[in-house]
Amino acid sequence: MNLEFSDDQKFVQTTAREFLTANATLQVDRAVFESDASYDESLWKKVAEMGWLGTTVPEAYGGTGLGYLELVLLAQEMGRALAPLPFASSVYGATEAILLFGTEEQKQKWLPLLSSGDRIGCVAFSEALGDSDIENLEARVAGDTLSGTKTPVLDGDIADLAVVLAGEGDGASLLLVDLAGDGVQRKKLNSLDASRSQAEIVFSSASFERLGAAGTGGAAFEQLMDRMAILLGFEQIGGSERALEISVAYVKERFAFGRAIGSFQAVKHRLADFYARNQIAVSNGYWAAWALSTDDSELPLAACNLRVAASDAFVLGSEDMIQVHGGVGFTWEFDCHLFYRRAKVLALTLGSPGTWRDKLISRIEASEAA
Amino acid sequence: MNFEDSPEESLFRDRCRAWLTANVEPAGEGEKTSAAERTDEEYVAIAKEWQAKKFDAGWACLTWPKECGGQGMGRMEQIIWNQEEGKFRAAMDVYLIGHGMLGPTIMAHGTSEQKERFLPKMARGSEIWCQLFSEPSAGSDLAGLRMAAVRDGDDWVINGQKIWTSGAQYSDWGMIVTRTDPDAPKHKGLTYFIVNMKSPGVEIRPIKQINGGEAFNEVFFTDVRVSDTQRLGDVGQGWHVALTTLMNERVAIGGGGGGGQFKKLMDLARRSRRHGKSAIEDGSVRARLADIYIAQKGIQYTGYRTLSALLSGATPGPEGAIAKAIGAPLGQQTASFAMELQGESGALLDDSAEDDGIWQQAYLGSPGLRIAGGTDEVLRNIIAERVLGLPPELRIDKTVPFREILTGPKT
Repeated sequence: MNLEFSDDQKFVQTTAREFLTANATLQVDRAVFESDASYDESLWKKVAEMGWLGTTVPEAYGGTGLGYLELVLLAQEMGRALAPLPFASSVYGATEAILLFGTEEQKQKWLPLLSSGDRIGCVAFSEALGDSDIENLEARVAGDTLSGTKTPVLDGDIADLAVVLAGEGDGASLLLVDLAGDGVQRKKLNSLDASRSQAEIVFSSASFERLGAAGTGGAAFEQLMDRMAILLGFEQIGGSERALEISVAYVKERFAFGRAIGSFQAVKHRLADFYARNQIAVSNGYWAAWALSTDDSELPLAACNLRVAASDAFVLGSEDMIQVHGGVGFTWEFDCHLFYRRAKVLALTLGSPGTWRDKLISRIEASEAA
Repeated sequence: MNFEDSPEESLFRDRCRAWLTANVEPAGEGEKTSAAERTDEEYVAIAKEWQAKKFDAGWACLTWPKECGGQGMGRMEQIIWNQEEGKFRAAMDVYLIGHGMLGPTIMAHGTSEQKERFLPKMARGSEIWCQLFSEPSAGSDLAGLRMAAVRDGDDWVINGQKIWTSGAQYSDWGMIVTRTDPDAPKHKGLTYFIVNMKSPGVEIRPIKQINGGEAFNEVFFTDVRVSDTQRLGDVGQGWHVALTTLMNERVAIGGGGGGGQFKKLMDLARRSRRHGKSAIEDGSVRARLADIYIAQKGIQYTGYRTLSALLSGATPGPEGAIAKAIGAPLGQQTASFAMELQGESGALLDDSAEDDGIWQQAYLGSPGLRIAGGTDEVLRNIIAERVLGLPPELRIDKTVPFREILTGPKT
């Protein structure tokens, strides 16, 4: 047993931390948040130059050919920085889907464009109130075109291509749609976290490429969601760790009743619980990262664990962050709400933690029955 | 990163298993194998016999140096051994405190005579040890202890009361922290001794707990004489020595665990009825099950992370406090939930209850685990101050002479 990242992997993380500390301060996130921009284009270009977008893409397709243990650490750093980038959508979503289900031709066509950042990808699963559900899809394949509405789609307004879950026959299929093509209409929506853009996409007889065979979309969707949950989980961990660090620094400096408020047990215990929740997420994260890097049979369980633990950690942590800041934590100019918003958006992306709890028990039942 | 055994670890595990299989029966379903549940003489005799057998075959105190009676192995081997031994009917609880905490304290602070006299017998198990720390008015505030030791020639004379002493009734030796200078500030007036539990003037009274067990005792000392050669560390250095003991308490990392209990909980949820269906079909039941599973895995792997860091040379830090801060309340919540699943049947006990009453027993026993070895509150203070670096409590008792510190109203 060895639960350490290697020195090379730690080096990737340190480099990323240094780069993002210099290039992606919270002011960078706030600038996107307070403007009409959907993401920070110049930061996106720099991140692409660092090779991060193709971390797990083989060199033959324009990537750096590293592994998932490197990618989870990059995700953690992206989360820490609240980076206003379509990193999750393009890297964990579209790139991962093509790596998993794409044909050789699709890989050659799309992976170099995604790895270089010249094209941005996204995933379009959600359609209506509640969590995505492969049995009631209104977006459907008819012949060789796709029709229907997907909403909300994270980064859907800026993406060049989308991985779409659509109904077909009695089942579902996973499709790749070039969003510059005919029959695609997009509308930017108001996002809870305006540094992460959301859109509605209406497909009207749009053409598509298949990702995997017709009718295999249900299983593919599950598999892709699990892997995205693990990678996104590390973003949540990173965000939650940063939120705790900022909270700890604040309660050391803020004085009331003649002493630092961090010396009061009521405040200490709140932050100790915050730390403990983060660690439960990190420990489940290590399990999930290992399962992802080895494609272990425990991956589906570990993905649920991390999804729930990391969502709880970041959401509850960001709530505590505002609480220990007191009144200033409720102001627009303090950064607490950037974490509060991001945490909730990440917890809802890929479906609610409640659905993942249910999925976890179903999977344990299935493994016990096997 | 690898969650599985390395080839060497796997080989070692096979060796452990092979020896255990040849030398001991697997534990039966629901069998009571822990000193928390059994403290009778027969149990102690079984434990001594088992420990001697392990010692003779080279399986005792694996991480201790050979000259102390151990095997000079690493922590990983010890964890693997513990995991495997735990699957068998192998009494070992009576040695946990001695082997896990007191032996390492003697190694760190003992004279060569003390090490030679005490450690090999502790390892072989022919002498059992207990730890005499807490007092009626010194629990979380351990350094507020009042047990008095007064110098008399080559001896010290000890008077006072200890409490919550596990295994005092069957122990041969104890390690005790006493106050030797009430005029010094509280942490500076303490001295640590090794005491023979069979000495005249030592009186042991069991404490009956809320779960009916009697694992703990009150121990009264009346003019008990201890030779100065049994002092561990310098006079006035008792707090420093006691910290070594307490640090080692947290190194005792649990491997595995939780898995078997969760399976039982799933089975219970399947058998119990709710809304005319199996309770496991109920969404709220599934959500609770999921949260318990996630927390158990989180604690288990937090332990693995700590172990992994220790193996690569880190020293044990206060981070280990989170396993107990979360795990102890989780045990209580899990037992409580399991009883709720049973509906009105949850109000039964022992053989009248489902699963032979393990959930009710866990519920009754769990408050103790939230208190022993650091209360919920103390653990959160440790995390906040020593991990997060928050300012310490304002302490009005730290620098004044001990005898001037306010105590509660005398009744």
